[in-house]
Amino acid sequence: MPAYSMPPLPSDDKRWRIVNGTMRRHGYTRHALIETLHTVQSSFGYLDEGAIRFVAKSLRVPLSQAYGVATFYHHFSLKAPSKHTCTVCIGTACYIKGADKLVAAAEKQLHIKAGKSTPDGNIALMTARCVGACGRAPVMLADEELVGLIEPAQMLEQLERWTIHD
Amino acid sequence: MTSEELLQIAENVHAEHAKFDYEVNVCMGTGCMSQHSDKLKAALTKEAVTSGKRCHVRQTGCMGLCAAGPLVLVDPAHSEQELLYGFVRESDAIEVMSSLDAAPVERLLTHLEHYFEGQEHIVLENSGHIDPEKIDEYIARDGYQALVMALTEMDPQSVIDQISKSGLRGRGGGGYPTGLKWGTVAKSVGALKYVICNGDEGDPGAFMDRSVLESDPQRVIEGMTIAAYAVGASKGYAYVRAEYPLAVSRLTASLREARRRGLLGNNICGTAFSFDIEIRLGAGAFVCGEETALIASIEGQRGQPRPRPPYPAMSGLWGLPTLINNVETFANIAPIIRKGADWYAGIGTDKSKGTKVFALTGKITNTGLIEIPMGMPLRQIVFDIGGGVPDGRKFKAVQTGGPSGGCIPEEHLDLPVSYEALINVGSMMGSGGMIVMDDTSCMVNVARFFMEFCMTESCGKCIPCRAGTAQMFGILSKICDGKASHADLDLLIDLCDVVKNTSLCGLGMTAPNPVLSTLRYFKHEYLEHIDHQHCRAGVCACGTKDAALLAAEEVTA
Repeated sequence: MPAYSMPPLPSDDKRWRIVNGTMRRHGYTRHALIETLHTVQSSFGYLDEGAIRFVAKSLRVPLSQAYGVATFYHHFSLKAPSKHTCTVCIGTACYIKGADKLVAAAEKQLHIKAGKSTPDGNIALMTARCVGACGRAPVMLADEELVGLIEPAQMLEQLERWTIHD
Repeated sequence: MTSEELLQIAENVHAEHAKFDYEVNVCMGTGCMSQHSDKLKAALTKEAVTSGKRCHVRQTGCMGLCAAGPLVLVDPAHSEQELLYGFVRESDAIEVMSSLDAAPVERLLTHLEHYFEGQEHIVLENSGHIDPEKIDEYIARDGYQALVMALTEMDPQSVIDQISKSGLRGRGGGGYPTGLKWGTVAKSVGALKYVICNGDEGDPGAFMDRSVLESDPQRVIEGMTIAAYAVGASKGYAYVRAEYPLAVSRLTASLREARRRGLLGNNICGTAFSFDIEIRLGAGAFVCGEETALIASIEGQRGQPRPRPPYPAMSGLWGLPTLINNVETFANIAPIIRKGADWYAGIGTDKSKGTKVFALTGKITNTGLIEIPMGMPLRQIVFDIGGGVPDGRKFKAVQTGGPSGGCIPEEHLDLPVSYEALINVGSMMGSGGMIVMDDTSCMVNVARFFMEFCMTESCGKCIPCRAGTAQMFGILSKICDGKASHADLDLLIDLCDVVKNTSLCGLGMTAPNPVLSTLRYFKHEYLEHIDHQHCRAGVCACGTKDAALLAAEEVTA
């Protein structure tokens, strides 16, 4: 087997060691790609070009495949996260209970479309395909925290708080 | 681990529990956690200590009735009378604690006898009764007896025979006989074999698998291990959605516990059988619920399906024989082995045996998780267990099977729930989401919603699904906007047929179902949108017209 030199860690950032740890645990096999990208996503909040290149090279996966995987799955984000994220669930149960109205109200208040962030990078408005809390529909995630049976007014208040505090 | 050792552990747990006069179970499922049941538990624990009562406060999994969360179950040791409190706040802790020796707190009691009547808990038998992170509590409720029994008293073939005899069918939606699948994998030749647990519950409006993994993860591990023994596999993967962080952390902790107890790993229970399970996180792709796409995802690739045959049973993960079952299917295994196939086969209907867990949501009073014997009429589920449609609105349809299923109108409500019966009315069992709609839902809009879902979730590999769903979505949007003609409707019906019959995998093959089923029962709503630009539910962009105007248009037409 020809010697293969591992790429150096992209920076001194300790988080790269965590990423490397995931790859080591899987013996640097190619099928560790998704697991490794999960680690990058949870450590850095998103996947940037450097990270994808580093992971692809370390696992000897073609860059096209790594990029393909990173863009195929919704969970991976290629953009740096905003300071706050408001995720409205638009699963069936939430939809039936008026999640579309929630999205419309938030879009109006923030002057952005769902899936975008405010220009100052403060709030991102996202939608999710069912977070599995249908018993409490409609549901939103305010910075990872799940809030059930949400009313538009309550959501707008939260957005307001985020806007004012920053 | 032997059955004597299991009994010893169970005895220790019972002895530990006997030290307390009361058990106070706090639901720590995702639903109740979102209402801060963790803080409630802390408050109750603190109050238990200050009051000096012999009371054991613990976290449990889902108790089912998410609508009334946070839920607290008070179980006195010396009486059968369990009390279920709903909407319990942190500030209620003192009152609940001081009521233990006195009368119950009337204002918090849930009066929901109907909700539990008629339910039969097999998969959910431990949910809400054990601490999901403590393996010993699972063992104290007969956990792992089935595994020890299978390993020490049965050969693999007789395990498969039991499962076949029980009549258990795949709970992921397809309903393929589980015993038959196991038999095929057992007969396949391969250097290694794999067992995969499909926990990629992508179906929006369904949360059975999440709840089972959160409330009773050991049951799934035991089921997978028995399956591995039966088919001769040595390695397992649990593929769980990354959107379910609580389920992932509880499963991770449970795997560690099972290894510590020697119920996973090398030479399980002192036999030659070795098996271990690794978790793989899904990354948010609905199509990964399809078995070949799921396998691709575990292999680190884009989750795109491939043509079958060969089926995963012959050539699955890395080309080796692979058994894939759903979370709920695995959760049924241990009770079947423990209580016997005949017991299980005695529940349910002729061709659909056992029970099914449903996630009851939408416009219904008691939203939450239920488990019912197969064959129960839909009407009983919606109106007795579910408590009917709230706010005095009128029932319109119940949607089953997620984006692959269909809407069932009132006229079919007396239908007994089974795989065949649901297919006959144009829907399907699916993984168990059941969404009730009232007259504020427009059926064309609902069909459009599901088509948008399928369009965005289509993996893009085959043309009928990739382009077909987008075209159908376009037409449905046109209808909703009141800009469509009858020719568009004909084209839509035509496309349904093409996409259904020519797509590569289940996603495309079933994507037209929501359209077909709403066309079958609610064609008048489509026609109202097209002919009169009228949406009777007042949801669509085309607007609503009053009765007089509609009648006038009818006359001129």
